[in-house]
Amino acid sequence: MAEDLNWAIGGEAGDGIDSTGKIFAQALSRAGRHVFTSKDFASRIRGGYTAYKIRTSTEQVQSVVDRLDILVALTQRTIDENLDELHDQSAVIYDGERSWEAEYPDHITGVDVPLKSLAEEAGGAIMRNIVALGAACEITNFSIENLDEALEKRFGSKGEKIVENNKKAARLGQEYVAENYDLDVDYDLDETDNDYVLLNGDEAIGMGAIAAGCRFYAGYPITPATDVMEYLTGRIDEFGGHVVQAEDELSAINMALGAARAGARSMTATSGPGIDLMTETFGLVATSETPLVIVDVMRSGPSTGMPTKQEQGDLNMTLYGGHGEIPRFVVAPTSIDECFWKTVEAFNYAEKYQTPVYLVADLALAVTEQTFPPETFDMDEVEVDRGKVVDDDTVGEWLDEEGRFRAHANTEDGVSPRAFPGTIDGAHMSTGLEHDELGRRTEDTNVRIEQVDKRNRKVETAREQEDWDYREFGDPDADSLVISWGSNEGAMREAIDLLEERGVDVRFLSVPYIFPRPDLTDDIEAAEDVIVVECNATGQFADLIEHDVLQRVQRINKYDGVRFKADELADDIEATLATEANAQ
Amino acid sequence: MSSDVKFTDFKSDKQPTWCPGCGDFGTMNGMMKALANTGNDPDNTFVVAGIGCSGKIGTYMHSYALHGVHGRALPVGTGVKFANPDLEVMVAGGDGDGYSIGAGHFVHAVRRNPDITYVVMDNRIYGLTKGQASPTSRQDFETSTTPEGPKQPPVNPLALALASGATFIAQSFSSDALRHAEIIEQAIEHDGFGFVNVFSPCVTFNDVDTYDYFRDSLVDLQEEDHDPTDYQSAKEKILEGDKEYMGVIWQDEESVPYHETHGVTENMADIPDGAADGTMDLVREFY
Ligand SMILES: Cc1ncc(C[n+]2csc(CCOP(=O)(O)OP(=O)(O)O)c2C)c(N)n1
Ligand code: SF4
Repeated sequence: MAEDLNWAIGGEAGDGIDSTGKIFAQALSRAGRHVFTSKDFASRIRGGYTAYKIRTSTEQVQSVVDRLDILVALTQRTIDENLDELHDQSAVIYDGERSWEAEYPDHITGVDVPLKSLAEEAGGAIMRNIVALGAACEITNFSIENLDEALEKRFGSKGEKIVENNKKAARLGQEYVAENYDLDVDYDLDETDNDYVLLNGDEAIGMGAIAAGCRFYAGYPITPATDVMEYLTGRIDEFGGHVVQAEDELSAINMALGAARAGARSMTATSGPGIDLMTETFGLVATSETPLVIVDVMRSGPSTGMPTKQEQGDLNMTLYGGHGEIPRFVVAPTSIDECFWKTVEAFNYAEKYQTPVYLVADLALAVTEQTFPPETFDMDEVEVDRGKVVDDDTVGEWLDEEGRFRAHANTEDGVSPRAFPGTIDGAHMSTGLEHDELGRRTEDTNVRIEQVDKRNRKVETAREQEDWDYREFGDPDADSLVISWGSNEGAMREAIDLLEERGVDVRFLSVPYIFPRPDLTDDIEAAEDVIVVECNATGQFADLIEHDVLQRVQRINKYDGVRFKADELADDIEATLATEANAQ
Repeated sequence: MSSDVKFTDFKSDKQPTWCPGCGDFGTMNGMMKALANTGNDPDNTFVVAGIGCSGKIGTYMHSYALHGVHGRALPVGTGVKFANPDLEVMVAGGDGDGYSIGAGHFVHAVRRNPDITYVVMDNRIYGLTKGQASPTSRQDFETSTTPEGPKQPPVNPLALALASGATFIAQSFSSDALRHAEIIEQAIEHDGFGFVNVFSPCVTFNDVDTYDYFRDSLVDLQEEDHDPTDYQSAKEKILEGDKEYMGVIWQDEESVPYHETHGVTENMADIPDGAADGTMDLVREFY
């Protein structure tokens, strides 16, 4: 019947919900079906409702919908939580032998399967979720052989016996439904010949980092960024890299900074509360002109907020966080595959412009898994640009008359040469203090201005040199323009189709670059209505876009370390007004 | 590494702005001598400095260097060493930098045992912010923020290091030039975290822990025939609390530095100019 099937398993945290969901998702992916998963979890390890949802189709799927076709309910609460999403073609698989009597409305089909006793028959009660998967295969006419493969992958390392028991458990579930039910609900999960890989955003970031040549990672565990660290652990070593679990985020970013100064491509990842702690060192990274990638996987804030819930509330912090003024790049992937590619880009920006790059992802990207053809992550496409690195032979061009290396040379494009430690004659000092070309502390007002301008000029250079593009969807000629960033892209793309069915045409721009970002002025002016979609309360990205299109303010700035003087101000104002008048 | 490196090669052309007579001059000279004596040169040396009068040391020395933020020099040095184990890494800072704001990092750097040398210029006062109590200030030491003294016992950095599993603990005195350079040399040569607490008097704000005080009270462990590999004896000396010692107090001869226990041996600066061979296997893992 329906192409697009929504399946979920729910229960208490600790019930193995996550791994069961993942096994089914992998089975579907192995069968060449598109898969999009989402997780509903509470911030606790045992107890508390948790669910794993899968949307699968033969067409590409990239968002969640509020409809559930098959629900494996390990608790009554699972049914209650999802009542609104169940419809007259929904089936609820539950275990009537357990202490609870499942309650669900009449129009929904209950499929009572003795999950626990069948699991015991297969070798252990722990496999009751697998029995449920077998039952789900029967209801959806999904070939159980696909499940076998996923079970082998999951339990292979635990030995043949465990794999066989699980396969048996699945079959017992399947047979039980076949023998005891003649269901009205009827789904066909067709297979395709497509090959897919299934991964989440955190994993894509970790994989992108290794592909880009990242060799050092220091981090401190925090939801929802921990998966990045767990992914890298054990994998990065094979490429000559190392992961350190630091004592806190302050240490993590400082270690990553140290490694970067030693010449490694280096990264740290955290979520909002960790970014708060890292902000202290963020300014040092920028001022010492150290290339570093800092990943912020956003969750609901402020403070500890809702650690396991989605939000895009940190944009202002990544854009403006830190005392003083800090040149930086902020890049925000809009999909899981872009988590990979934007990570690769982030390393190149960091090294080409010798500045910190925030890679801003959100919880929805981080924990969601999606299928992609493996060539989506074609490693041959990965480019590594280390920027202006000098070696023993070329360092000479950058020495002053006294043979000292000008590590912070005031260049036209704002980017100075970089010498990795060990380079002969490249020894130099870098500091968070304002410094001259040699890295030596200074309070000279002219040098101060020169260095501030130099650092800021990198951003201008990057604006010109790089392609700060957006992704466009929908009707290019529509009067209504919708703009968003981050994980909203997937839902927005499907929303466009739904709107089209209702006769509403929209043009949709998904923007992955926050700073620098594409100039949207023309797009906005050409549109009748402009809507910015984002997961936060105040519209942080909308504020930015409004700021871009509204340019009435002239500016007088002073940043040499000395306060304004009256005569100087009078001159500046007069000059500014004169140019304003001329311009009119 | 060239063998003809002189200690003055580690000197930058920037004139120190330390107060005349500040202990930090001697501390720095000893560090430079020790670096040269152990066969290092500025191109393979990385100095990380904290914040404080002491932290300015990075500016006055010549090598690859980073002058970081207050209290966080140790993680930076650790990161440098992990990324390139061939470098000689030295971290320096004050007692406030190391035992107050950076106390957490100190404990964890010690237990990680990276092969770096950590020099704390302990003047028992905050110098750069002009004379407030530091974590090593005496209980009754009157300062602008503690008019009746801190009224709490000072941190014992040696005990903190020992309790954290240190593999090398030494104490030195900046004005005993010969011994000081020797001790730092031993710390550099130690395979692991070489921790040296250096009494480096502040002549401007501390009139208690002065040159005279240390000269009169310091007991040189060398003269006491102390065996630094004897843990029990080291422990007693560190916890006794009634004498101030100079010299290597504890050295674990079995120490294996972090990069060896964790197999971190490559210079991470060397990477291919595209994705490395084998990265496509990372994708296949997600089948
Ligand atoms: C985050 C932060 N807090 C406070 C300061 C101000 N500060 C600068 S140096 C210093 C204390 C230095 O004392 P110590 O480490 O003992 O070094 P000394 O100056 O005595 O050598 C403080 C509190 C700072 N720079 N950064
Ligand atoms: S204030 Fe004290 S520590 Fe600072 S330079 Fe002067 S004497 Fe040295």
